[in-house]
Amino acid sequence: MAVPSSRVLRSVLREEAFYFFTSIGNYTGQSASSLDEFLQKIKDVDIKSLEFHLFREDFEKWIAQTLGDDRLAGEIKILRGQKVVGNALRDRLYFVVSRRLKELKGGSLSASASSPVSKERPQSSVLRPS
Amino acid sequence: MKLKGQGAALDDLDRQILRLLQENAKQTYTEIGNRLNVAHSTVYDRIQKMEDLSVIKKYEAVVDWEKIGVPQIMAHMTITTDPKETENVAKKLEKFGQVLEVSTSFSEELVITAKVVAQDQGELHSFIARSIAPLPGVLRIRTAIVTKKYKEERFSLFQRENASRKRNNL
Repeated sequence: MAVPSSRVLRSVLREEAFYFFTSIGNYTGQSASSLDEFLQKIKDVDIKSLEFHLFREDFEKWIAQTLGDDRLAGEIKILRGQKVVGNALRDRLYFVVSRRLKELKGGSLSASASSPVSKERPQSSVLRPS
Repeated sequence: MKLKGQGAALDDLDRQILRLLQENAKQTYTEIGNRLNVAHSTVYDRIQKMEDLSVIKKYEAVVDWEKIGVPQIMAHMTITTDPKETENVAKKLEKFGQVLEVSTSFSEELVITAKVVAQDQGELHSFIARSIAPLPGVLRIRTAIVTKKYKEERFSLFQRENASRKRNNL
């Protein structure tokens, strides 16, 4: 079943927003209420926060369960498997999310797009040259 | 027992009764009376008055959860808020069962400090992320998880009086 891109791109309620922490209970003060805002925060937030949430699978869960984008969640899951850290993680995460945003702004998600990406997909295509 | 301003003025007997109750709240009126050389009815009257005036707020059992196998972690949170929202955030925190104590305190800036309890780190994080971070006006949260307790006592009037006596004798 197709997931409308408007659903993924919408702004969610304060209670459903993504809150960036650097470790258990340590909130940075940065949050994102939409995928657009999430992309901006990836650029600014402490790198420790990106590592913390990626390891805990928080990004995947929020993107799949709150925004409803299983495909982007799947791409982030692949990134997690690559064990990227530091600025390389920031760059790659930014690339993956910005590419998906461009795609979503171009139209609706197809039925196949709501599934996680294929593992056969060339990894180099999701990576940004460092 | 006279009321002086907002606080109740206690005489020496009231203070001694309080000290004994803080040592062991299960003592009977007779036991307290015997230790202080007064009638148990006097002890009863004094305690009743202190309860009526909420000088004595409650009697409670201090449970060692570890001994009964209830997993529990304690954490101290420091919450920085928009100064206009500090009061509102503190009042909202009061309502959560997981939050045991809430205060506002001032060092370089006004912050809220709170003691929180949870079953484990996962539950603690999820509570803070879902219930506290989204509160309007919350700017930052720092959380320190308690790893070992070296002392846990409640404020005792008797200890303060002792300390003050020692200071005066120096």
